[in-house]
Amino acid sequence: MPEILDRARTQVLDGGVGLDEAGVLAVLRLPDEHLTETLQLAHEVRMRWCGPEVEVEGIVSLKTGGCPEDCHFCSQSGLFASPVRSVWLDIPSLVEAAKQTAATGATEFCIVAAVRGPDERLMKQMREGVAAIRAEVDIQVAASLGMLTQDQVDELVEMGVHRYNHNLETCRSYFPNVVSTHSWEERWETLRMVRASGMEVCCGGILGLGETVEQRAEFAAQLAELEPHEVPLNFLNPRPGTPLGDQPVVAPRDALRAIAAFRLAMPRTILRYAGGREITLGDLGTRDGLLGGINAVIVGNYLTTLGRPANEDLALLDELKMPVKALSATL
Amino acid sequence: MTMTTETANWCDRCGEAAATGDHDACRAARALEPPRYCPQCRRRMKVQVLPSGWSAVCVEHGTHAAPR
Repeated sequence: MPEILDRARTQVLDGGVGLDEAGVLAVLRLPDEHLTETLQLAHEVRMRWCGPEVEVEGIVSLKTGGCPEDCHFCSQSGLFASPVRSVWLDIPSLVEAAKQTAATGATEFCIVAAVRGPDERLMKQMREGVAAIRAEVDIQVAASLGMLTQDQVDELVEMGVHRYNHNLETCRSYFPNVVSTHSWEERWETLRMVRASGMEVCCGGILGLGETVEQRAEFAAQLAELEPHEVPLNFLNPRPGTPLGDQPVVAPRDALRAIAAFRLAMPRTILRYAGGREITLGDLGTRDGLLGGINAVIVGNYLTTLGRPANEDLALLDELKMPVKALSATL
Repeated sequence: MTMTTETANWCDRCGEAAATGDHDACRAARALEPPRYCPQCRRRMKVQVLPSGWSAVCVEHGTHAAPR
């Protein structure tokens, strides 16, 4: 067994202490013949420190497209020649989406908006939408609305939003290659306020933006430093019209190695399969990831693209004897 | 208004003429994407993706929807 896996077995599996940047890099550099044992170790770590349950979430876009930011991977930027048009979801449709999500057994429903940060119109829509969902649907409400002010953080807490997603997207050193309209530090500041407010911090990113393996390890270490409650792990799904529209997708083995490495960096966090898993790993990849460190999934569709039908993911969890985390366990 | 069912003139993914060029990649991609262009007039549609479906509205030709 490679030295890094021996060390991880002692430090991460037995001790619950995640690998540092150098350790993550060593895992990411392991040759393919060690991938199976790396995934097995990551799975053992997940089972030891998180348990067998899988947290299931649905997401919906409350405000799609027309975003003033230039995140190079995103089809919702108004600065690129993307075919995605701006559209708002009405409150009855939002509540219906939450009901459909809850019907899958999901405990999380994340409301997302393509904005730099919320304006008063969006906050009003959130106030009404979250209140309507909480009145009619038994599900936890999360939000992802870009960069926040302290007043907006406080207001989301008052609404009952229990978790806030704000992805750092990539490591600090590579971020300027991906976004020029705001900084990595501005995102970090929102995350700091969210954490201080008592809301759970959800922060991850996208692999395959053109970052090096070293920068992937840097990103895992920076996320570990943040200690987020949840890390959504996306893989780039190149979108037509965006600056990264011609970027190749991550090779399946590299994607799986990254899943295991991120788990070994963060033994206790919720590590969620998010966008791009279908195009990167196919149907079999979902199984491999769930047996390689993943302990949460987004079911159904994403914000502008489609995912596997929820019942296929739920059937797989049943087959793997991984119970869906119950709502009572998250309250 | 629901979508009228006329012959597709335009690829609903890339917006180019359906009869010219190779749209195999578009057809494959559409398995994991909603349509973006009206197949009858090439207008960009307003598309809302939901956890279990999507709807796409052309101002001229109405609504596509695909619940799952």
